[in-house]
Order: sequence, then C-alpha cells, then structure tokens
Amino acid sequence: MSTAAHADHGHDHAHAHHEPGFVEKYLWSTDHKMIAMQYLFTGMAMALVGGFTVYAFRMQLAFPGMSVPGYGRVTATDYNALVTTHGSVMIFWVAMPVLIAALGNYLIPLMIGCDDMVFPRLNRLSYQLFLISAIILVASFYVPGGAFGGAWTSYPPLSAKAEYSLTGLGSSMWLFAVALEFAAFLLGGINFVTTVMNSRAPGMKMFDVPIVVWMIIIASILFMASVGPLIAGAIMLMFDQQLGTGFFDPAKGGDPVLWQHLFWFFGHPEVYVVLLPAMGIVAEIITVFSRKKLFAYKTVLYTAIGTGVLSFFVWAHHQFIAGIDPRMANVFSVTTLLISIPVAEMVFVYIGTLYGGSIRLTTPMLWALAFIAEFLLGGVTGIFLGASGADIYFHDTYFVVAHFHYTFFPIAFIGSFAAITYWFPKMFGKMMNETWGKVHFWGTIIPFNFIFIPLFLLGIRGDHRRIYDYRHFPDLMKAGMQDLRILATISLLVLLAFQVVFLVNFFVSLFRGPKAPMNPWNANTLEWQAPSPPPHGNFPQGLPNVYRGPYEYSHPDRKDDYWPQTEPASEPAKT
Amino acid sequence: MPTGRLAVWWLIASEIVIFGGVLGAYLMHRLGHPEWANQSMHTSTWKGALNTFILLTSSLSAVLAHNAASRGDGKRAAKLLWATIGGGAAFLVVKSFEWTAEIKAGYTISSNTFWSFYYTAAGIHGLHVIAGMIVMMFVAADAAKGKELQRVENAGLYWHFVDLVWIFLFPLLYIAK
Repeated sequence: MSTAAHADHGHDHAHAHHEPGFVEKYLWSTDHKMIAMQYLFTGMAMALVGGFTVYAFRMQLAFPGMSVPGYGRVTATDYNALVTTHGSVMIFWVAMPVLIAALGNYLIPLMIGCDDMVFPRLNRLSYQLFLISAIILVASFYVPGGAFGGAWTSYPPLSAKAEYSLTGLGSSMWLFAVALEFAAFLLGGINFVTTVMNSRAPGMKMFDVPIVVWMIIIASILFMASVGPLIAGAIMLMFDQQLGTGFFDPAKGGDPVLWQHLFWFFGHPEVYVVLLPAMGIVAEIITVFSRKKLFAYKTVLYTAIGTGVLSFFVWAHHQFIAGIDPRMANVFSVTTLLISIPVAEMVFVYIGTLYGGSIRLTTPMLWALAFIAEFLLGGVTGIFLGASGADIYFHDTYFVVAHFHYTFFPIAFIGSFAAITYWFPKMFGKMMNETWGKVHFWGTIIPFNFIFIPLFLLGIRGDHRRIYDYRHFPDLMKAGMQDLRILATISLLVLLAFQVVFLVNFFVSLFRGPKAPMNPWNANTLEWQAPSPPPHGNFPQGLPNVYRGPYEYSHPDRKDDYWPQTEPASEPAKT
Repeated sequence: MPTGRLAVWWLIASEIVIFGGVLGAYLMHRLGHPEWANQSMHTSTWKGALNTFILLTSSLSAVLAHNAASRGDGKRAAKLLWATIGGGAAFLVVKSFEWTAEIKAGYTISSNTFWSFYYTAAGIHGLHVIAGMIVMMFVAADAAKGKELQRVENAGLYWHFVDLVWIFLFPLLYIAK
C-alpha cells in the first residue's frame, strides 16, 4: 500500500518540477514544509498578540487604574476582552497551530519517509481557513463594542445575550472564528491520520514510528472525536446570539449547563490534544541527547492511548459547582484522579530514559528537561482541583489559573521552544546560537516560576480570578496580596523581555547562522537523512527504506553511538 | 485501504460526533421535557416519511452506481449518481414545502426549544445533503468520462452517512411522543 502511494506521488512530481514564483512558493504552496512554516509563523505572530494582551491586563491588576504604556487605560470592558482574547489566542491560535499543525505538517512526512501529505491541496485549504479564522478574531477588536469579553470558555447566558456581554458582534465573531479554526484542524487531522496510515516508508512497522508522530496522530484522533459536540454547541450558541433561539436560556426551556457539558467534553480532551505532541517532542529530544534508547517504547504508546481514552470521562470536573448532581461529582473526581496515573507513568518512563545516559545539556535538551519538571508541578496541583472537596474551595481562584498555566505554559511554550531549537537546523538549514539559546532558556524559566508561584499563593488565600480592580475588594487586598500580584506582573515583564532574545536569535540565525550539516545531533530518525533544509519532495536521493526502530542509540554491537533507521542491518563492507 | 476511502471514513467519524452533539443535547432535553410531545405533534409525519423513503431510494441508486463503477461502466455510474442527486433535490423540495407550512403556522426556530432543535438539527442535516449533492456532481462529471471511478464509492459512502443521520432524525423529531 505504501509503495503504491509513493508511486502516485512520483508521478505527480514529474509534472510539478518547475521554478515556483514568490506567491506560489511562499503563499500558495502545497508543500507540507511550507505549510508548516506558514502555521509556525502565524502561530508566532499570534503569540505576540497573546503576549501583548496579557501584558496589558496584568499591568491593570498590579497597578490598577494606571495608563499602561503602549495600551493606555484598561477599562473594565477592555479587561474582559483582553483576558478572553489572551486565553483563546494562546490555546487555539498558538498551541494548536504550532504544536499540532506546524510540527505535524513538518515532521510527519519527513519522519515516516514520504514526499508529502496524501492530500496536499486539502492541507493548503486547512491553513487558509486557519488564517481567515485568525484574521476574524483579531478584527473583532475593531468592531463596535469591541472583542468578545465572556472568557475563553464562553459560558452562556453571558456569551448568549448582547445585553449582558455588551459585545454583540464581537461574541459572534469570536464564535465563528473558533468554529472555523476547528474545521481547519479537522481537515488537517484527517490528512495527518490518513498519511501516516498509508504512506509510511517501506519497512516502517507500527513500532518503528517515532513517538512524536504517534503522539500527533493520537492527538488528531482525540481532537476529531471530541470537537464535534462543541461545533454543534457553537452553532446552537450562534443561533442563540443571532436568531433568538433559547438552547441555553432557561426562560425558553433551554439549559446554560448544557453549553458547559458541550464545551468541556471538548475542552478537557483538548488539554491532551496539545499535551501529547509536546510529550512526543520531549521523547525525541531526551533520547537523542542522552544517547539512550527510549525506555519502554510500547509503554509510552499504550499509556498515551490510555490517556486519550480516559480524557473523555473527566470533563465534568470543571463543573463541580455548576449545580451538577453530587453523585456525578464523585464519579468525575475518581476519573480525574485516575488520569494522573498514565501521565505520571510517562514522566517516569522519561526519567527512566535519562537514567544512566550520557546527557548533553544543549538548548533543546534544557527545554525538554524543563518541560518534565514544570509540567510535573502542573500535574500535581491538578490533583487538588480534581478532588471535588478541594475544588469547591479552589474553584475560580488564582490557584486554578496557576495550575492551568503550569500545564499549558510547558506545553505551548517550553514544548514549542524545545521543538524549534531542536528542528531549527533541519527547517532552515542553519544552526541556532547555543549561548543565546541558553540565555533565553533561563530568562524564560526563572520568571515563569516567579509569575505563577505567587498566583498559587494568592489562590490559596481565596483570590478570585475574574476581578478587574481589587481595590473594590478590601478582603483581597490584605497583608501583601497586592505585593504578590505586583511580583507576578514584574516577572511577566522580565519573561516578555527575554522573548526578544529568542526572536533576535531566531531571525539572526535564520539569515546569518552557520550552515547546518544534514544530521547535526547524530539522530536516528528519517528527517535527519534528508538535506537541511529538505527540498521539495524531501528525499532527493530517493525515498528511504526503514530497517529498525527510531531509538537505537549506544547499541553495544556498533562503533557509532547512533544507528539511523535507514541503514541496512549488515553494513555492505562486512558482507 | 485506498487513501481516498480511508479519508472519507475519518471524515464520517468526525461528522458522527458533530451530529452526536446535537442529538445528545436534544435527547437530554427531551427526556427532561415530556411536554415537547405536544410540539412534535405539529410536525408533518407523512412528509417526514416521504423524505425518508426518497433518501433511502437515493442511497439505492448510489449503491448501483458503485456497482457500475466497479465494473468499469463510468457512463452508467454517472447516470445513477445523477439519479441520487435527483433524490437529494426531491428531499430538499419536500423539506422546503414542509418548513414553509410550519413557519406559516407560526412554528419558527425561536418559538421554543423543541422547534429550535427541530430546525437546527434538520438544517445541519440539510446542509450535508447539499454538500453531498455538490460532491456527486463533480464525481459524476468525471465518471461519465471514465475518470476517477474509485470516487463513486467514496461519494456513496458519504451519502449513506447522510441518509443514516436522517434515519435517526426522523423518529426523534417527528415520531417520538
């Protein structure tokens, strides 16, 4: 089957090989690598939007009423729109496009040894829908009433009625942008899964597929299976907003909690949709930089599948105080605590991989190790929120915000930085500067902890998360609470400032960096057997054959400490 | 499995959960509101039944088209696909008469939540009918020239799915008391 797919593509190529113009090469390309770059750069641009919004509203929280440099005074309506946009952008327009769409598009064909996705034009369409959704979201800032301000979870009745949210058009634009983005990722996901099922290199069996590819595939299937109810819910909410239906309005026989079910049925698997690719990236990096075989490949794989299945049975832990049946709360507490087991297992397996390895602390390795450490903190604090007894107290406090960011910041940023620094030589054919990479690493990790540890402390003291100006709440201004908010905001400013280091390093290396060899890290997986950067069609020397699994490092029978998947079992010299 | 057919199956899988979301939400509401039976009385069961019959028949011609395509008879496959498209069009015509009568009688999408679900679920389904018809027009045009015959089966698969959704919608919206 895979050879048949190869033959088809080879046939296409014979026609398609002419010099493309600028538009065809950069904007209208069907090459999976170029589409990956489009996703990556759009995601990075949206990360600037997300970063700017958090800057503006954190300044308001630390120094209420001040005129924020570069923004001006943050009004209450602005504040709501900024918080909502920050959450939506960072999850749907940064984490998803960078981790799944950009890396999935870039890595899948290269790592399974084929020349492109099976549906290249569908792939291009998927990016274009995504781009339109991003433009609609950003444009909603400029419509009358401003951008949607009902939080990224968009609970009705606040989101359903313009007289409550005051952003009639903004709410609908937000909803449309989100739904359009889901459609884009559904198309992308179908493409990913079909490609991996049908276009693997000859010889690549199920357990020869690199873990990161598995993770992206499992994540795509999770997304496909969970997003449907929310698409349905989005249509219903749109009708509530625009046509006056009452799906979520008790006065008309509807139910606002229904939205919460539809949203979180997607929303919780979504955490694993972005977590799993990040876990996969870390698996690739730690094996390469500890020169060891991945400890328990099959365990990681089955654990990831188990996590995915279990993630469909935990959603109501977001609704413990929404008036759901307390018996249901017990069930969901148990399932939520259960899901920490497979995730902890993956972390243990990764530590097992590191054990006894010859560890090289390169920049990508630092990011990968930081991911394990920081995500662990996020996971452990999740236990408190999953247990319904503790959650009733912690619900809607900054404890939740801090927990959430200890999971999502490692996923969306630490994971992405690990991936970008690791695959940069392949993507652009240039090496990134290691020293500045490490400066950026420490300049990100240290302030990150100084932002969110204070928020944990605030949350434990009952600090509610949806407050615009704490001066109106004397109970929340007592004994140093404002100092903790200021500490968090200052740390955020430091963190944002260090991102300039990354951007400068990224673009200077892109244009002026030393040329990257084909396989700078001595890694085994197939993408390192293609030139850096790979040309259109990926493998000019012919599509590769695969002879072994992806993690044969430091094999006792070999002189080299790595053994590329493409190298035949017995070396020609010996035979 | 051939790549095209595999992708259609994944597409169907992702569509199932979309309809699952609408129907799941509807069922939960319906169980909590037995009085909705008074509303569903005003739906036109015979028009719904007629549409069920039309859609099932159009699925039959889709199967016959697949049969013709697998024998390599592109012309006959195209004709049968056009018959299926005709079935879809007939379905939409019946539907539009039905909705016109209901809206004239005062049952609009915002009348109450039963009618909201009625128009939303059937409306999303109707969009899928239209999408399936458009796809089949392209496939039929190719098949008539003897090209891309494997696509006849893929379009048929999708059409059966659209048909199947209606098989769920019909009893739930029209018949259930």
